[in-house]
Amino acid sequence: MSAPEQDHDALIQQLTGDLAPVKRLAPPFWRALIWIAVIAAIAFVAAMATDRHAIAHRLMAEPDMWLAVVGSTLTAMLAAYAAFQLCLPDRSSYWALLPLPPALLWIAASGAGCLRVLRIAGTRPPTAGDERDCLIIIIALSIPLSLLLLVMLRKGHTLLPGLTTLTAGLAAAAASATLLMFFHPFDATASDLIAHGVAVVTVVTCVRYFGGRILPPKNNSARA
Amino acid sequence: MTYVSTFCQGGPTTLNYALFGGCIGAPDGSTAVWPERRVADDSSDARLSALMRAAQAGDRSAYAALLRECVPVIRRVAARRAPADRVDDVVQDVLLTLHNARHTYDPSRSFTAWLSVISDRRAVDLMRRVVRDHSREIHAPLQYEQHPDLEADPAAPQQRTETAQQVRQAVETLPQRQREAVQHVVLSERSLKETSALTGQSEGSIKVSLHRALRVLRLKIEREPQ
Repeated sequence: MSAPEQDHDALIQQLTGDLAPVKRLAPPFWRALIWIAVIAAIAFVAAMATDRHAIAHRLMAEPDMWLAVVGSTLTAMLAAYAAFQLCLPDRSSYWALLPLPPALLWIAASGAGCLRVLRIAGTRPPTAGDERDCLIIIIALSIPLSLLLLVMLRKGHTLLPGLTTLTAGLAAAAASATLLMFFHPFDATASDLIAHGVAVVTVVTCVRYFGGRILPPKNNSARA
Repeated sequence: MTYVSTFCQGGPTTLNYALFGGCIGAPDGSTAVWPERRVADDSSDARLSALMRAAQAGDRSAYAALLRECVPVIRRVAARRAPADRVDDVVQDVLLTLHNARHTYDPSRSFTAWLSVISDRRAVDLMRRVVRDHSREIHAPLQYEQHPDLEADPAAPQQRTETAQQVRQAVETLPQRQREAVQHVVLSERSLKETSALTGQSEGSIKVSLHRALRVLRLKIEREPQ
């Protein structure tokens, strides 16, 4: 037996000695569904606490309003699903592209709202203070949502931590933007869109760079 | 590994295909059929998948067999990405990754595909690390030799030789049982069991002799001038 083969044999013996039964990870679809269910529960509570008729009127007044909400909701769902796929070691990096189409819809509809000349009845443009509040709400909501997502992703073993945390950040930011709809009685404006954009980019960047500390290390150390 | 030839029963027209395992093309001119290899791979993959399922449940013998069978597969994948002298590093890395990620394997999917993707990614990671390290390090042996060590003591080697000589002389003056204990256990780094077999002393007696010998040696060396 050559020296490398002896090394491999020694490692195999060590790993075999460390072997303990493991619980198989649930499929990504079901794990993503749990996270989405948590968001849905928060949305339900928020809907109970706000004026649902006013929200429905605001969303249905112009197509860009409801298209932006559909875009952010689908982005959150598909980004979460992509993150659960990417946290498995054998999945393709192309999963990271899954949330891009709804994200484009979200950005396009939000941008179209800013170009609209007619104001929606019963709404007003947000003030600088309102925009600051939007930014704070998106970031504040994203913290628990992204932490929950990262803790759930931690159970996997990703070999693509950058893409996994990137999609996780996008999911949390998009979900927060969707939940913001319940506390956002304003018409679309360019400055409001910029505030939302800054908040989303901040969340995605923070989760991308700090989320790796919560995920299991990519480089190996034997664990039972 | 059992190879099942589906074409061997096809008669003389398919004989060349059966002999060459499909690598020269099918008799009808179609390509990429390779039935023997595919059937063999399918059965091999199913067996590896079953071993992994048993390993997930804690079966150590299945796990050892699985890991041994993984080594050639990992080598094959790693050889496409890494130079020959790094392939075994990739093998070690993939075995550890497989161990840490074993709970993520879904038995309804191909085990070989799962292992191949992990092996490929770990090989790429290793080569990235190698390139990164090479970009940070400079190979300049002459510079290293000419770099002065400011804390080096020119008298240190001479002093070490003198101390070693002093210890050797002190050991020679010890009683026989203590001398044997020091020579075998300390200088030759033998275990108590081996020393016991060589000297005929019990392990407890060797421990006592060694303890006394070290105390005497310490006193002698401290008293004598350097």
